[in-house]
Order: sequence, then C-alpha cells, then structure tokens
Amino acid sequence: MCQTCGCTITPGNRHLVEAETTLFKGPRRQGPSTTVEVLSNLLSANDREAAHNRAHLDQHGILAINLMSSPGSGKTSLLEATIEALGDSCRIAVIEGDLATENDAARIRAKGVPAIQITTGQACHLDAHMVHGALHQLDLTAIDVLFIENVGNLVCPASFDLGHHLNVTLLSVTEGDDKPAKYPVMFRVADLVLLTKADLLDVLGDDFKVEAAIRHVRELANAAPVLTVSTRRTDGIGAFIDWIRDQRAARKSGAQQRPRIVRDELTAGRGAVAHP
Amino acid sequence: MHELAVAQGLVMEAERVAAAHRAALVERIVVRVGALSGVEPELLERAFQIARAGTCARQATLEFEGGDVEITCRSCGSHSVGVAPNRLICGTCGGWQVDVTAGEDLLLVRLELSELDAEAALETRSA
Repeated sequence: MCQTCGCTITPGNRHLVEAETTLFKGPRRQGPSTTVEVLSNLLSANDREAAHNRAHLDQHGILAINLMSSPGSGKTSLLEATIEALGDSCRIAVIEGDLATENDAARIRAKGVPAIQITTGQACHLDAHMVHGALHQLDLTAIDVLFIENVGNLVCPASFDLGHHLNVTLLSVTEGDDKPAKYPVMFRVADLVLLTKADLLDVLGDDFKVEAAIRHVRELANAAPVLTVSTRRTDGIGAFIDWIRDQRAARKSGAQQRPRIVRDELTAGRGAVAHP
Repeated sequence: MHELAVAQGLVMEAERVAAAHRAALVERIVVRVGALSGVEPELLERAFQIARAGTCARQATLEFEGGDVEITCRSCGSHSVGVAPNRLICGTCGGWQVDVTAGEDLLLVRLELSELDAEAALETRSA
C-alpha cells in the first residue's frame, strides 16, 4: 500500500484495512467525558523533527535550501551548474529525494560533491524524518550550503517543513506560465521562484510570458524574487548564484531564516533541543 | 495526495493529548484545514478512517471548522473574506500586497475525550 495517501485502497480491499476500526465499534461505555482545546499543528511531529534538524544545521552555520518543482523541470541540472559556478567559494552537499534510483545522487557525486540519495518508495514528498536520517550520513562540519532536492511534485512537498531555511520553487518555461495559479500552495511558500530552461523562451514565444508568470506569483501575495535561468547558456544562472551569496551573507549576519512553510513558530520551537 | 501522512500526524497528536489527560478514548476531533494549507478535507476524512485504526481515536468522529481564506490589504487596509486561494487580491483596491490572516491553518482545534479515570477527570476539569 502506498504509505502516503492510501490510494491503493479500493472498494474491494477497504474492509480489510478498516476491519480493525470496525471491530472496536461495540457499545460505548457511559462515563465522564471532557473537551480539550488543543490548537496544535496536525504536522506537529514532523515540525518538531524539522526544528531539530534546523538546530543541527544552525549549530554548524549551514544554509539549507529546499528545491521543489514538478518532475523534469531541471532541479538536478541546476544543481550541477550551481556546483560548477560556486566552485571552491563554498562547500556544498546535496540530499536527493526520488521515488527510486540513485541516478541524481550519482550525477552530483560526479561533480565531486557529497550526495545522499533518499529513495522514498511510493511516498510523494520528503519529510523531516527522512532528512534527519540523511543528515546523519553527512559530515556537517564540512558543509556551507546544503541543497535538498525534493521529490518532483508541485503538491505535497509544500506542506512539509524539513528543517531547511529557504524554499526555492522551479518552474520550467515549457510547463506554462499559469502554473502558480494552478498550484497556489506550492508557489505561495516559495522564497525564490526560478523560471528554468529560459533558453527555450524564444521558441515558445507567446506560449510562456515571463510577466504573466510573475503576475500569477504576485496574485498569491508572494513578493519573492522571480528569476529566469538557463543552465545551457554561459552565466545563465548568475542571478541565482548572486541570490545564494546574498542569503549566505544574510545568514552570517545573523538573520533569522525560516521557510514560509513553517506555520507555527511556537510548535516548531518546542522541538528545538540539542541532539542526545 | 499526502493526506494519509497528515491523518497519521493528526492521530499521533490526538494520542499524545489523550495520554496527557489519561483518557482511553477520543470521541470527537475538530480540525481547521485552511484552503491554503495544501490539504483536502474530503481526502483527509477518508485517510483518517484508515489512520485511526487500532488507536485510541478508533471511534472518533472528525469535524472540520473554518478554513476560509482571509486577507488584509497593506495599501488600503480593507479586509476580504472567502478569497480564492489562487487569487489573493484585495477586494477593494485590487492590490496584491496583502497579508493572509486566515486560511493557512492545519490545526487540531479540540478533542472530546472519554473513559477518563476519575482522578484524571478531576485534574482536567480544574486545569
């Protein structure tokens, strides 16, 4: 069964899954009952683990960036180009999330950068627990910037704090300029939107208007910068590299960086304890 | 489609609160799932039927409250309610520089617990 959404439960097998629930439906005992106001996040367990991850990263002064997009929009290509562009100026590590294969991690390792592949099986997003496991396989003392390449999916990853600092959402120009309007939650949490494969803009003509994509992002009340990048052109990702340098500088100057995904600072802060 | 993961998180939270109140059963769960939370109430309801199996929330009903998107305009200050999640535009001046004041919540609001032991019930009432 799919561990994430239960999509493999059919009318034919539902009774097996729910049998346990049904068995308990005996007569209820009458007794005192009480109503408790809770007001905690439904993803508190994940958020606590995320805060714990962030505490780890903060201890080591690491800037962690979560890359999200639909499959095939160029996350791994962007990382390859970023590793080359940043060169020796900063030490990079990558956590790769995919349903299957080590392909992406292999591409990153070929650039001389440590990469941990998380294969999620059928799960459609990374969560803080998976990232925690990957962090323990990395030498955190030897990293300045950690990229987490999330599972290609414009829906689920937007809801899960991983303990990172910033969200970068990629939109490749072949996907259409109205993607932000179609996937509002994803584009609303972006701290930076990258319009990738910009070398194809000339071919696409009116099929992708950069201004329209920006307008759709603004209509989500998101003031995040929207940059066009291309890994096929010389200096095609310069604006992204500048953004990373700015974020590192902000981090060094002690700026509080939190992804917009974090809904409740109190809930998240509760789990920020030192690792045993 | 990550609602099962969210439903499992919900059940874990309910179990934690029930244990803290020494209650054996959760009878009713009220949640607030905002239109901008990325979670579909109908799918969460279905996933909950599976996630609650074998837990103290195995008989619990799940209820939804609120969830509408509300925004306040930074330019003209007016407040708009029930805004479309993909068009967070001020209803008065049409500006996009707005603060979302509701609609992003993914909250466990309250629980109704039963089968409390007498001592625990007293503690809960005085709390």
